[in-house]
Amino acid sequence: MFKSVEELVTIATERNIPISEVMIEQEMHVRRASREDIIGMMDRNLEVMEEAVERALQGVTSVTGLTGNDAVLMQDYIRSGKSLAGDLILDAVSKAIGTNEVNAAMGRICATPTAGSAGVVPGTLFAVKDRLEMDRDAMIRYLFTSGAFGFVVANNASISGAAGGCQAEVGSATGMAAAAIVEAAGGTPDQSATAFAIALKNMLGLVCDPVAGLVEVPCVKRNAMGGANAIVAADMALAGITSRIPCDEVISAMHEVGQMMPTALKETAKGGLANTPTARRLERNIFGAKEDAKQ
Amino acid sequence: MKYRSVFDIIGPVMVGPSSSHTAGAARIGLMAGKLFGRTPRTAHITFYGSFADTYRGHGTDVAIVGGIMGFDTFDLRIPQALDIAREKGIEVIFETSDLLTDHPNTARVLLEDELGTFEIVGISIGGGTIEITELNGFPLKLTGGGPALVVLHHDRFGAIAAVTGVLANHQLNIGHMEVSRHEKGMQALMAIEIDETIPAEVIAELERLPQIERIAIFGE
Repeated sequence: MFKSVEELVTIATERNIPISEVMIEQEMHVRRASREDIIGMMDRNLEVMEEAVERALQGVTSVTGLTGNDAVLMQDYIRSGKSLAGDLILDAVSKAIGTNEVNAAMGRICATPTAGSAGVVPGTLFAVKDRLEMDRDAMIRYLFTSGAFGFVVANNASISGAAGGCQAEVGSATGMAAAAIVEAAGGTPDQSATAFAIALKNMLGLVCDPVAGLVEVPCVKRNAMGGANAIVAADMALAGITSRIPCDEVISAMHEVGQMMPTALKETAKGGLANTPTARRLERNIFGAKEDAKQ
Repeated sequence: MKYRSVFDIIGPVMVGPSSSHTAGAARIGLMAGKLFGRTPRTAHITFYGSFADTYRGHGTDVAIVGGIMGFDTFDLRIPQALDIAREKGIEVIFETSDLLTDHPNTARVLLEDELGTFEIVGISIGGGTIEITELNGFPLKLTGGGPALVVLHHDRFGAIAAVTGVLANHQLNIGHMEVSRHEKGMQALMAIEIDETIPAEVIAELERLPQIERIAIFGE
């Protein structure tokens, strides 16, 4: 099994195969399963991602009413032709938001790598797939490439907000998406690693401070920005820009920052945005007076 | 390596909103329910750390109870799990504890009926992946180096040989193994980490062994 991004890139480069292929072969070995089975499993995950976005674009509201319908607002805005950022990025933003709106509504999603960060990978995939003329096979490969990078992060650092803050969740997801976009666009394995490094570097220190302890505010919008960052990081790597700090060292830094982060900022709803007057008021409205006694 | 599969990262398919607090909790509940082996009369659940602080907002409560009743992470009945438990006559008690645990996402589940009790302590380490750290008072120190087979069995001669014999016949290699018991001749526990995925037919064969009470797998 590959243990670092460096190993992953070396295997792919020496054998002249894409990173997705390294991941597929390792999974066949670990599961003692056929390629067909492994691809089939990922295809079913992709279907769940498609269904979630489809549902969100019809409009969905969370159980608490804190989040919902922003994916639709963004699609309407794109159609108005007035957008500044460019339709592709905003399409990713909309679809990342949509996935997390379905998640907040306790709908069915596929964690990538977690539920709170489930919007970034599918959001970017569904936004770039037409531009990059990706067929079903390429879309499935996108998920294996994302997974390969997430696999290294999960084993060397963390993908848990409670253990490492939001940088471990949306930060990891953003890097994973950036690396996968690069492969889908025809970049090298090394450029995928660069895109991952650039993306995660800019998410370092991001805290997990969910309002009322719900995976809604600010999680949904952090997925949106993660999607946008992933596309920019991929473009930077494809332009030939490199990262001074190697990918594996960025991952180690993220782990270190996570360990230094106070628990009030690691999914306990005690600090950050969760501790603002408005957040506390929303919390009381949602859970009633019982929460007051706890504060 | 705590994570072995790409589907730990791209997956699980699950009901929202949190992989660690919802899907992970469901999996801890599933393990508890599977090893208890029947519908409990009482489920006493204690949350620690981040679980204690945010369990309601994350649906940790409904997910763990759903898991105890056998609902998997993607089961759309999870949001209604507390109502369903009430209909089934299961009394559910939640408690939060300030006790500092090794991992911020820790839950203790105690299941009870007239035939006995069963207790499990699980941690949710991120992305829906869980580890079990204690079973019926037996501390577990699994390395996470492979999927683990947890076997509750009668403390009789030959039980361990029978289980490891089946694994050997299927060419499954044991990476790490722990055995423990509370009292001679009573219930005992084997926790076995295997290097590869454990095929369903192997589980079925193990379940047919005379000394075996119940089996569960995790870490796949």
